[in-house]
Amino acid sequence: MALKIVKGSIDRMFDKNLQDLVRGIRNHKEDEAKYISTCIDEIKQELKQDNIAVKANAVCKLTYLQMLGYDVSWAAFNIVEVMSSSKFTYKRIGYLAASQCFHEGTDVIMLTTNQIRKDLSSPNQYDTGVALTGLSCFVTPDLARDLANDIMTLMSHTKPYIRKKAVLIMYKVFLKYPESLRPAFPRLKEKLEDPDPGVQSAAVNVICELARRNPKNYLSLAPLFFKLMTSSTNNWVLIKIIKLFGALTPLEPRLGKKLIEPLTNLIHSTSAMSLLYECVNTVIAVLISLSSGMPNHSASIQLCVQKLRILIEDSDQNLKYLGLLAMSKILKTHPKSVQSHKDLILQCLDDKDESIRLRALDLLYGMVSKKNLMEIVKKLMLHVDKAEGTTYRDELLTKIIDICSQSNFQYITNFEWYISILVELTRLEGTRHGHLIASQMLDVAIRVKAIRGFAVAQMATLLDNAHLLTGNTQRNGICEVLYAAAWICGEFSEHLEDPMQTLEAMLRPKVATLPGHIQAVYVQNAAKLFATVLRKHDGETESQAAQETSQLLIDRLPLFVQSANLEVQERASCILQLVKYIQKLQQKNVEVAEEVTALFAGELNPVAPKAQKKVPIPEGLDLDAWINEPPSGSESEDEKPKAVFAKEEPKHSRSRHTEVDEKELARRREVRKQEQASNPFYIKASPSSQKVYDAPGVEHIPVVQIDLSVPLKVPGMPMSDQYLKLEEERRQKEKAERKKKEKKKKREKRGKERKADSGPESEEDITPAHQVDIVTEEMPENALPSDDDDKDPNDPHKALDIDLDKYVPHCRHLQFIHVLHIVMCRNEFFSKTEIYDFRRIQKKMLCSIETRLNQLSWFPVQKSSKHKKKKQKKEKEEKEKKKKKRHHHHHQHHGDAGGEDSVQNGTVEEEEPLPVSQSHSVSLKREVKVYDIQGNHQDESKVVVSVIFENKSDSFLKAMEFNVLDSLNSKLQRPEGAGAHDSLTVPFQLPPGVSNEARFVFSVQSIVMPQKLKGTLTFIVKSDESSTHEKLDFKLHFTCTSYLITTPCYSDAYAKLLESGDLKGSSLRLEGINMPFHHLLARICFHHHFSVVERIDSCASMYSRSIQGHHVCLLVKTSDQTVSIDAKCDEPSLLGNVLDEIKQTFSKC
Amino acid sequence: MYGVNASDRHSCSWLVSQMQFMLLFSRQGKLRLQKWYVPLSDKEKKKITRELVQTVLARKPKMCSFLEWRDLKIVYKRYASLYFCCAIEDQDNELITLEIIHRYVELLDKYFGSVCELDIIFNFEKAYFILDEFLLGGEAQETSKKNVLKAIEQADLLQEVRRLCFLKAFRGQKHFAEQYS
Repeated sequence: MALKIVKGSIDRMFDKNLQDLVRGIRNHKEDEAKYISTCIDEIKQELKQDNIAVKANAVCKLTYLQMLGYDVSWAAFNIVEVMSSSKFTYKRIGYLAASQCFHEGTDVIMLTTNQIRKDLSSPNQYDTGVALTGLSCFVTPDLARDLANDIMTLMSHTKPYIRKKAVLIMYKVFLKYPESLRPAFPRLKEKLEDPDPGVQSAAVNVICELARRNPKNYLSLAPLFFKLMTSSTNNWVLIKIIKLFGALTPLEPRLGKKLIEPLTNLIHSTSAMSLLYECVNTVIAVLISLSSGMPNHSASIQLCVQKLRILIEDSDQNLKYLGLLAMSKILKTHPKSVQSHKDLILQCLDDKDESIRLRALDLLYGMVSKKNLMEIVKKLMLHVDKAEGTTYRDELLTKIIDICSQSNFQYITNFEWYISILVELTRLEGTRHGHLIASQMLDVAIRVKAIRGFAVAQMATLLDNAHLLTGNTQRNGICEVLYAAAWICGEFSEHLEDPMQTLEAMLRPKVATLPGHIQAVYVQNAAKLFATVLRKHDGETESQAAQETSQLLIDRLPLFVQSANLEVQERASCILQLVKYIQKLQQKNVEVAEEVTALFAGELNPVAPKAQKKVPIPEGLDLDAWINEPPSGSESEDEKPKAVFAKEEPKHSRSRHTEVDEKELARRREVRKQEQASNPFYIKASPSSQKVYDAPGVEHIPVVQIDLSVPLKVPGMPMSDQYLKLEEERRQKEKAERKKKEKKKKREKRGKERKADSGPESEEDITPAHQVDIVTEEMPENALPSDDDDKDPNDPHKALDIDLDKYVPHCRHLQFIHVLHIVMCRNEFFSKTEIYDFRRIQKKMLCSIETRLNQLSWFPVQKSSKHKKKKQKKEKEEKEKKKKKRHHHHHQHHGDAGGEDSVQNGTVEEEEPLPVSQSHSVSLKREVKVYDIQGNHQDESKVVVSVIFENKSDSFLKAMEFNVLDSLNSKLQRPEGAGAHDSLTVPFQLPPGVSNEARFVFSVQSIVMPQKLKGTLTFIVKSDESSTHEKLDFKLHFTCTSYLITTPCYSDAYAKLLESGDLKGSSLRLEGINMPFHHLLARICFHHHFSVVERIDSCASMYSRSIQGHHVCLLVKTSDQTVSIDAKCDEPSLLGNVLDEIKQTFSKC
Repeated sequence: MYGVNASDRHSCSWLVSQMQFMLLFSRQGKLRLQKWYVPLSDKEKKKITRELVQTVLARKPKMCSFLEWRDLKIVYKRYASLYFCCAIEDQDNELITLEIIHRYVELLDKYFGSVCELDIIFNFEKAYFILDEFLLGGEAQETSKKNVLKAIEQADLLQEVRRLCFLKAFRGQKHFAEQYS
């Protein structure tokens, strides 16, 4: 053996350590992947060795490789091994590796529970610390549930170092296991007043995080936090508390009023920018939540704005950014106070940092008024010209449109100006937002009737100069505006001065290079224009003009009939035939104008975007029901709703048939080819029509900058600047007129008048240039008002929404006990070793059955939680219960409806209602202490059973008494002086939904046979009106496995043991096991407390020892789903039972 | 109709805790340290890392330290050749996060003695240990620099004592082995 260790050490000299690995990787820059794969091979070899130092070194290297992006999940089990080393050096590495590599899906995590529990209770605070840190990274719901009590105990550890870690990690535990919040909360609250400032700040952190998610449950803590806020000097803690108050004030306005003063004091006094920023933010939030019309708070707002101005003026980019960010929050409620800093914000538009410019833009959005809109937009237009990079320019463009169109064009006084701004924006080359401009044009033209004449004239010019916009059509999103232009000219063609000219412009051959959906609109609107022209020349006999128009259409339309785009083709051929027919009629001198116009009669009204959604569903219509049975082949995508500007090319919408299998596709392709070959009109689609205009790569395409010195002035187009001047003049004039009038009327009030002149114009003074009638969007009749629920159903914080002040909400009661953990302790090898019999699968099974029962039965039926191993029995019971339930059916109804008489109805005969004797408040403090009993058992014939009591009812449970019918072999340890049949009091009470664990000591004589003990639990159910005494039967199952203790064994000692010949053999074969060998081993180790002595390929030797010193040796071999286990033990009946249990474990999977 | 894809923006909304993660990477985009305070799959982690390293490295030096990314706020700062990059939630305080980054750099500096990138590369586990003493589950657990360093030094001491014991034993055995070889 000694030689073996020596050999290991010598091997180790040749191992790479982490530094060597890092150096090696740096020296192999060219073939890094190859080098690392050899390293991983080496590491795999190292992991096979027994020497823990070698293993730890290997795991450390793996952690490094994991960071470089290599998959190391295969080594998870080795990481667990290193974690469980008793040496801190290795443990630390193991936990680090685990915290970096493990996640919720890592299956070996469930093997770590005991190890972590052991480390948590280690006398060395750094062991505990390292375990807590690791746990914070990979805690799973299972771990959280199993360890919640241990961590809770650590919250009262003597060392603040542990306390603060335990407090912080509780938050993670709450998230994973919300049930733990209620029992843990009182202790957490205590920690707010911990003598150690670190612990205190940790508790503040956790409670603040909890409260931020579900503030209403924490309102009662406000006074405590208020005290802390006024006394604490720690900025970190202050920031947290202030944030918490920000979350609480919307629920309690009185709190807000109280907060303003200390917060403003802090704002005045603090020098820490982070704290100042937090205070300002919270003051803003508080003021927003208070009713807005409170004049006395304008001082606080002024203070905030002043401070923010200082931040924005600071040379530090970070402060500038945050200042703008906070300013935008104030803006929402107090726009006036921000507007006075317009100069500063506009200045920020020139900042070299794009993110600051964008923030400033956001602010401008809220700062516009009727008065300054034109000015601000003018400034922005200048920036558009200057802007470098398409992204920022596009951002400017959208902002300009946002600013102008906000709240239903509220701030636009002159729509002519707005149209010309839009037209100017069309000169931006390479923008992706052509469709945005287009939709604005449509919106304004449709909804502002007064502007239609002007808009149509502008659009006509735009169409006439379309070649300027479509310089290189293919990658130019701006041509989308032509869609709008064509539609507007067509729809409102009665306003056109020269429809003939526009018609001609719309039918130019160049149009055929535009995207399909735009061409389609062109064709359709050409028809509308045609109708207008005809009507214009109505009545003129043998009108030359009308016939010329028809001829023009007949000449030009065939180009579109040949279009590759179906839509264009269809419309063009329809209209072409129509015109041909009309031409025939014209030649016969028939009056057609009226009939053609009738084709496009009627006004189109704007429809609200949500209108479709709000149409109430008629009674008796089930939208989810199939009209025809769906075809068996599932279609992958739902049909997308067609956008107004058809973004998807026809090819796209076809792609939803992709599910069809290959053969079918090939067949169809063949058929189509033949069809195409025989179809003379088929033209192959040109690649140009496939362009998707908002492709993500667009911004990388180099864009020709607009040369400023030569303004791209489209002839005949007005410049928006002119409007600015005009507008100013107009306002001046209006003002002058108003002044005159006022002078006439109110000569006596001269003094005041002057004041008004010098002061700023108020909003109401500005009258719009046109009488504008903005058409509101239509909504369907009986539209349902709906508020969209934005809440995320997956939010984990929802589960933490627990009202901590409330205990007993209702009187429904159903109670169940889980007797699950059989814990064994022995002091022979280790000072504190616990081996848990976590029959996890069984437990889950039981839980699910119980919850089902819970839902089914109304009564606390006695048999329900007996722990029997066989599922069938359980199910039988369940059936019985159902029967029972049926018997008492009417009772249940009673209970549901009334609630008062439910107790009498629902209880079984022997139970009597008892008067209330104790108050609830004691319960929570008591329950945690139970955990300290462990480790008192030095006798090898003693077994500790820990029992988790979970109250699943809505009632309060108390005065629980635990009793077991002793057998000859096993006896419950009762306090001295107690009789052999006395029950033990469970030292806690259970509020609804709470679980807690109690431990009971049993003395055992023989351990070679499994045993079952019958027991009863009696308790008092306390509901709102009454208390009842109830009883629950259960069975404790002591398996032979539970008497085994994981004990390490060295291979030579193992060999000696086997050679000695004292052991009797037995064997077991398991068929159809298809799990990896290491999983199989892990399962045996975990469920049956064995440890691996040696493993060679698919063969492993394992060892365990019973509490009475029996040796159990296993040799596990596997080949093709068959596992054979040869076992030896000095007690054959024990061995037989253990093997049976192993068999059972594997039969369950 | 032309708005931001809403589902995309909320893809991260289940994330919890104050700091979501911390990344250290070099100017060349090599990851030097990563600490995740939220459970994510390796694939997601890699994707996020790649995206963020790209975004942050593309920023110009004079730009501010904050950016909005998905529905998180990214706070980053460059120290010499290393970028320290943290993700926080919408309501969180950017300035305090900058302070946390700075505090961590100070701690590294104290521990290694004017720290450089190589220190972190070669002693990456130490860098993690320091971070773990300073932050737990994304929350600052210790605001005093002195206390953090004290804890680290003591834990190291524990490790060193054991390592020394091991080395002694190891050396003894080496001699022993030499005698017989």
